[in-house]
Amino acid sequence: MAFRNYILVCGGTACESIKSDQIYKNLIKACEDHGIADEVQIVKTGCFGFCEQGPIVKVLPEDAFYVKVEPKDAEEIIAEHVIKGRQVERLLYDKSSSTRHARVEDIQFYQKQFRIVLRNCGFINPESIDEYIAREGYQGLERALFEMTSEDIIEELKNSGLRGRGGAGFPTWMKWNFTRQAKEDIKYVVCNADEGDPGAYMDRSTLEGDPHSVIEAMTICGKTIGAHKGYIYIRAEYPLAIDRLEIAMQQAREYGLLGKDILGSGFDFDIEIRLGAGAFVCGEETALLQSIEGKRGMPQPRPPFPAVKGLWGKPTVINNVETWANIPVIITRGATWFSKIGTSDSKGTKVFALTGKIRNSGLVEVPMGTTLRDIIFDIGGGIAGGKKFKAVQTGGPSGGVLTEEYLDTPIDFGSLVKAGSMMGSGGMIVMDEDDCIVDVAKFYLDFSVDESCGKCAPCRIGGKSLHRILEKITKGNGVIEDIATMEAIGEAMKKGSLCALGQTTPNPILSSLEHFKDEYLAHIEDKKCPSGTCKDLISYWILEDKCTGCTICARKCPVDAISGARKEIHVIDQAACTQCGVCYEMCRFDAIEIR
Amino acid sequence: MAKMTLEELRKLRQQVQGDLQKRDIEGKDSRIIIGMGTCGIAAGAKETLDGFLSALDEKKITNISVTQTGCMGLCYVEPTVEVIVPNMPTVIYGKVDKETAKKIIEEHIGAGRLVTDHIYDRPAADIIKKDGGR
Repeated sequence: MAFRNYILVCGGTACESIKSDQIYKNLIKACEDHGIADEVQIVKTGCFGFCEQGPIVKVLPEDAFYVKVEPKDAEEIIAEHVIKGRQVERLLYDKSSSTRHARVEDIQFYQKQFRIVLRNCGFINPESIDEYIAREGYQGLERALFEMTSEDIIEELKNSGLRGRGGAGFPTWMKWNFTRQAKEDIKYVVCNADEGDPGAYMDRSTLEGDPHSVIEAMTICGKTIGAHKGYIYIRAEYPLAIDRLEIAMQQAREYGLLGKDILGSGFDFDIEIRLGAGAFVCGEETALLQSIEGKRGMPQPRPPFPAVKGLWGKPTVINNVETWANIPVIITRGATWFSKIGTSDSKGTKVFALTGKIRNSGLVEVPMGTTLRDIIFDIGGGIAGGKKFKAVQTGGPSGGVLTEEYLDTPIDFGSLVKAGSMMGSGGMIVMDEDDCIVDVAKFYLDFSVDESCGKCAPCRIGGKSLHRILEKITKGNGVIEDIATMEAIGEAMKKGSLCALGQTTPNPILSSLEHFKDEYLAHIEDKKCPSGTCKDLISYWILEDKCTGCTICARKCPVDAISGARKEIHVIDQAACTQCGVCYEMCRFDAIEIR
Repeated sequence: MAKMTLEELRKLRQQVQGDLQKRDIEGKDSRIIIGMGTCGIAAGAKETLDGFLSALDEKKITNISVTQTGCMGLCYVEPTVEVIVPNMPTVIYGKVDKETAKKIIEEHIGAGRLVTDHIYDRPAADIIKKDGGR
């Protein structure tokens, strides 16, 4: 080893603000004082994502994890740990008050994430079947083919408590069991990879990082229900995921893990990919099946459910990518292991795509029951740029917004619905004080109206009407009756629409009306947009006492609406101003105000 | 490879498990693993890959394999790279552009020094390593 020890000092913004820089300098000095400067390297790192315990110092190769370190502790870390080899007990992370633990292997005690679905993402080469096999891969299939009966597998799934991760949370074992019991010779297994929520990319990342997990799971399902053919329905705009799936399937066929007589068991199963053109409604299972059949993707009335009468009228199990990725682990490790993770009604983990005004955006997998606060403020590192948290949108265009008072809601299927949103497939968009809630609702409406297939009137006409009202409100032409009208249309769409797309289209409006009625009223009655987003409701003004006459705003204004000579107070011509906000961004003296 | 039986699959698993573990053992070849999901590629992972390959070429280093993996979940610091070198702690680097790639080859691989300001942490423990299978 080039150095005896490597000492990592967290240099994330949060830790930086609590003196990690001084710790860094003190550590270097302590090394010099002890004459070991060339034996130890002190390194500044990025954020470790454990900010509440910061500043954090990690000493390698022992993997000692020191928390809440003070600059004065530097000397002790060097003198005790590095020189004498005795870890500084009082600084080690305390996972419970009784036992001290700092080994990184026990990471789940200090990291809030737990990765089952993403177990291989970022570990294996997704184009190497050997690396997948080396990490418990195809072990579940082994068990399913040679050690377990169909009943055993259903029982294992039932005991695991796994519920569908596509949004609705239907118990997976029940779907499988309906199809298993259906008396038909031909049955199908389908993977729904038509991920379409804005800001969601959990399924894409899973397929790109670990395609074999889905292939193995679908084969296990085929064995369980008596199907020999599977389809993966994936949108054509995911080319990398498609490539990696193709490669993975080819490798599995070469190894005899897919195709005829799998592993000499006599069981045949193969999978085909079907590309979708990117219609949101094709993520709805009945529309998806229509699309696989080559028809226009439009939802069909249920019942009959696909489990009984699905693809080409045959019993079909259809699960979402994330649900599939859980299956091999459950079969390999057993239901007891899996059901220990999560809450009483929601077992296992959930993957979220954490985006928006968040410092550490990323793909996050947490045990069910983790709170929104843990995800947003610990894992996500809080709001970017020191702004104030306003709301978080979960469940995409079908979900709702949740405010600060819900931050301590544990995330599981039941609690999120109770709070007025839903789990959805896992998009999580964080908003800060600069976001206008009416504008956000309008964004989702835009999306849903665009993606409505047009088959049923409540969705087709209701969505359009809601959108028109929101448009009116954001332009300053709203009337107070609009709120009641929107609520009435929303309720009618919930009751009357054919599929979940129409039934959930009004959700972003209804939930934001519930939590942010004042903001709607400000738009309607005062003709103001409190966050300064809706252009028709704001105007920019130059503050006379702050303007220095630097002329930068006048020079940058794209419509020449600002006048004023050098070193004189400038004025915005309100009639010519287009509210683009460039002057506001450019002004270095905070001399421009939004009214 | 031809189609396998159950026994052959089990044998292969043992063998490849060994291969994967070997990369921790002293004196074995080093690995540079680049996160190349759509997110990583969009953030410039292909240029990062080129950066590593040309730096290795330039320094005539041949005992290091450069491979790809999927998304690690650290979207805010893409492109991400894992560097596994004997006698050094295994490290995840974030925000690795061409220049940083060159620096990693020179400092981490060449001089045994970690590259400052680019180290991040895996977001979760590896459940497979910890439990070691069933």
